[in-house]
Amino acid sequence: MTRAVSAAEIAPRTYAHEIRAAGLKIRVGRSRMAVDGLDLFLGTGVHGLLGPNGAGKTTLIQALATVLRPTEGTLELFGESAGGLGEHRALRRRIGYLPQEFGYYRRFTVREFVEYMAWLKEVPKADIPAAVQRAVERVGLADRADDRMKALSGGMVRRAGIAQAIVNDPEVLLLDEPTVGLDPAQRLRFRELLQELGADTCVVVSTHLVEDVGAACSDVVLFAEGRLVFQGTPKELAAAGGEDHPGDSPLERGYSALLADRAASSAPARERGAW
Amino acid sequence: MNAESAGRAEHASVELIGAYARGDTDIAADEMWALEAHLEACGVCRARLADAVDCGVPAVASLVEAVWSGLEPELGTAAAAPARRRRRQPVWLSAWLTPVMAPWLAMTVGVVLIAMALDVTEPAGFGEGVSLLLLLAPVLPLLGVAASWSRALDPAYELTAAAPRAGLYLVLRRTASVLAVVVPVLLLAGWPAGVSAAQWLLPCLALTSASLALGGVFGVARAALGLAAVWAAGVMAPSLVTRSESAALDASGLPVWGLLLALGTGVVIARRGAYTAVPRLFR
Repeated sequence: MTRAVSAAEIAPRTYAHEIRAAGLKIRVGRSRMAVDGLDLFLGTGVHGLLGPNGAGKTTLIQALATVLRPTEGTLELFGESAGGLGEHRALRRRIGYLPQEFGYYRRFTVREFVEYMAWLKEVPKADIPAAVQRAVERVGLADRADDRMKALSGGMVRRAGIAQAIVNDPEVLLLDEPTVGLDPAQRLRFRELLQELGADTCVVVSTHLVEDVGAACSDVVLFAEGRLVFQGTPKELAAAGGEDHPGDSPLERGYSALLADRAASSAPARERGAW
Repeated sequence: MNAESAGRAEHASVELIGAYARGDTDIAADEMWALEAHLEACGVCRARLADAVDCGVPAVASLVEAVWSGLEPELGTAAAAPARRRRRQPVWLSAWLTPVMAPWLAMTVGVVLIAMALDVTEPAGFGEGVSLLLLLAPVLPLLGVAASWSRALDPAYELTAAAPRAGLYLVLRRTASVLAVVVPVLLLAGWPAGVSAAQWLLPCLALTSASLALGGVFGVARAALGLAAVWAAGVMAPSLVTRSESAALDASGLPVWGLLLALGTGVVIARRGAYTAVPRLFR
């Protein structure tokens, strides 16, 4: 008799949070700490990673994808250390990653591209065609699956990128600025997809658009200069802002209030340009 | 318990299948679950279930009939799936060779042919007493190796570097495919030019392994290009200027090359974890 439920599916989890960072520091270049003493717990759900440009969002996501190694502190994924030397193959099989500016082979069709990524992610050979088709359908590219990548618009390329990130059914999905280049309708569809994925996956979405967070995220992580400023629900973020803070929506006002508080408390503030 | 052997050994009883077809409510939940899981895997029992429905349960049979007659006209008119375009790059090929590497390999083959032509024709004032092919042979695979793992050349580098297969496994795979193209071409070209493989094969493998070993520290592309530059300046240039065979390719040098190959391989194996992360020196 075939088992309807596999042993792996009913195995007890040995970790409380998919992602756990304690005192995490990541150096970029010779001396700059892009992430500087971060304590963070992220479980199942959609987490919006919010912060000004240069806050260290991309560095953090690269470290979560095990591409960058922590300089100090601990970073655990699924209860296993993601630091040190080592290939982390078992960890990487459970991760989906979409870099901010991702490259691809222009001659490949969407299907070839996602198939190739599925092979790189060690999806079992027999499962690749079905997994690719499912991923392509989920991002709404099924009718363009046999078109070359170079024939796609920017938004479609980004959706192909999301398809390759979810092709291995990851438990941790890392998306770096995924909404760039999507038109408003695609953005709505993308938010639906995020909520769907967030039901059983730990999704980390970095963005600098506050409205993305309010619409799709169950949890907001506000990040500035490599440190955690705030973690809570979008409602709590909105509640942090008052009428006198700059911004067009409650979320934006909360965002600027928290960042202003932080700048005031970390005085003497470093000289920073208006931008 | 093995699903297949169990499927052969035991089937659901006719009574149970009959009860299931009639929709009896007195089947225990665990029995129902076991039966449904078994039906999914066992064609014999599905056939029995179909028979049981046909002769025992007219209500279900007529329902199935009605669904079929409703669907059939639509199935007839549904457009056939468009024929898949002939695939240009099957997965097994991408697994060995990225599209970025192809032009570099083509260029390497071109360089081999030119070197061979110069060696065979020996134009006046050039290449007398020196075989250009022999001088080039040890470093030619390095170009392909550099192209196979270069951040600047490979647009999909970011995605590839974060994948589980990245690291030594993929580096070795791509290096093997470079050698599989370059070495046979060199062997074939060496025959008319009178260059014996014994002279260049070991230095060639040694330099390739050295580029991978250094690649763990500097990045594979940088290491390969650096070694090629050192070779060009240290061995090729003096040999071309003095018009004499280089001492580095002497038969007496072979043990040294063998040692270098062993050393390079050892370092690569010992530091196999170093190929996944971006080298710390060059973030």
